[in-house]
Amino acid sequence: MTSYSTNEFKSGLKVMLDNDPCNILENEYVKPGKGQAFNRVKLRNLKTGRVLEKTFKSGDVLEGADVIDVEMQYLYQDGHFWHFMQTETFEQLSAEAAVVGDAAQWLKEQDICLVTLWNGIPLAVTPPNFVVLKIVETDPGIRGDTSGGGGKPAKLESGAVVRVPLFVQPGELIKVDTRKGEYISRVKE
Amino acid sequence: MSKSNWRPAADIATLKLRAKILADIRTFFAKRNILEVETPLMCSAPVTDPFLDTLQIHYQNKIWHLQTSPEYAMKRLLCAGSGSIYQLCKAFRSDEMGKHHHPEFSILEWYHLGFDHHDLMDEMDEFLQYVIQTKPAKKLSYQQLFEKYLNVNPHIIADEELKIITQTNCGIKGDDKLDRDDYLNLLMTHSIEPQLDKDQPVFIYDYPASQAALAKIRQDNPPVAERFEVYIQSIELANGYHELTDATEQIKRFHQDIEKRKKLNLPIVPIDHYLLSAMENGLPDCAGVALGVDRLALIAAQKENLSDTMAFNHGCI
Repeated sequence: MTSYSTNEFKSGLKVMLDNDPCNILENEYVKPGKGQAFNRVKLRNLKTGRVLEKTFKSGDVLEGADVIDVEMQYLYQDGHFWHFMQTETFEQLSAEAAVVGDAAQWLKEQDICLVTLWNGIPLAVTPPNFVVLKIVETDPGIRGDTSGGGGKPAKLESGAVVRVPLFVQPGELIKVDTRKGEYISRVKE
Repeated sequence: MSKSNWRPAADIATLKLRAKILADIRTFFAKRNILEVETPLMCSAPVTDPFLDTLQIHYQNKIWHLQTSPEYAMKRLLCAGSGSIYQLCKAFRSDEMGKHHHPEFSILEWYHLGFDHHDLMDEMDEFLQYVIQTKPAKKLSYQQLFEKYLNVNPHIIADEELKIITQTNCGIKGDDKLDRDDYLNLLMTHSIEPQLDKDQPVFIYDYPASQAALAKIRQDNPPVAERFEVYIQSIELANGYHELTDATEQIKRFHQDIEKRKKLNLPIVPIDHYLLSAMENGLPDCAGVALGVDRLALIAAQKENLSDTMAFNHGCI
């Protein structure tokens, strides 16, 4: 694996720190006029999600982390593991609930999502930015109320709960922005 | 067709502000009868400071260094009887690149005869009020500063305690190659600088003797270097000394720098014998200061990056 010296640090670079893969979020060059140079670095530990602040002496070297994002199809979950497949090679892999995390509430079987792999092991799952899901539970719609004022909670087939306008009916399909967890529109079948 | 981004890094309004700053600087010194000088950017013996790395060029089978500051040449002029002088020029420092660093930058350096570091701080205060309309500066000694923000006395804190405080405050691992001054510098850049007063310039003076560079050391208990730094909005803007004038002590400081370079595997640079000869002839008592002109423009223009103040930065030349 490639190594990176402090002068190659930049945001987005994936490096190993204390045996964990990390993503560099920010990198700042610090040097007092009469002192030696350091890099102040903010990193996200990709296993735990924690953000760390570290300082490296100019010239220090970190090993690169073999981290890649792969588009995969979500197949099913068996109670313990979530199963994904690479659509071109049909290669399958499974991820624990902790790895899938919050993405779980947006995943519907057959949907394409982004799986972050470190040395082939899944680290994180990112759902598509927009998903279309069926409402399985909400108060009956108030016909004709398209004012957009107010709103009500609606439970979706994947498990997530989002706020929807009052006119939306149980059983309808809606489009949701998964980054904000927000209702976008109704979708015709 | 080439798609190179040929446009300037700075906007035209900032370039106009920069030009006004340069004009105001010259007016400030003209009013005080301080002489403008120009010295070569190329030199055979650069400043020996261990952490200033030079850019080099080849000419007539010799390696020349681009100056990291005009300090030595200007001191030779002082020794030759120039009287108080200032210079606006370019300086170069290898591998320095960041939000507030650029390998090629503009520097203002001035020397005032008969001044000590307190007199020069007063003049710096007037300078900043005149050129970028700051409020009057606040002055704190290095010791007061560390006591105020970290509740430690930087001159007497034990090495081990200093190391631990730095590691917890700055997220750095223990490293045999870091010494006391490295730890103090880290606390300064990571913990103290961000907390400095943003409304007025902050002048810090009387540094540990180990950070004297070319400042006079005053034999207090403990001894301190008659050096000062200027901060505005947490940005290190200038560094000044009550200048060392003793040639024998100067030779000692040169050798200390070279020894430190050897210890840290840094490039070894030759000693400037022109400067030594000049100082043997006699450097008049004076105080001198170097100021980053791009940083001054950055503060005046309220920009984020040094390159926002430059016509063309290193990414587009």
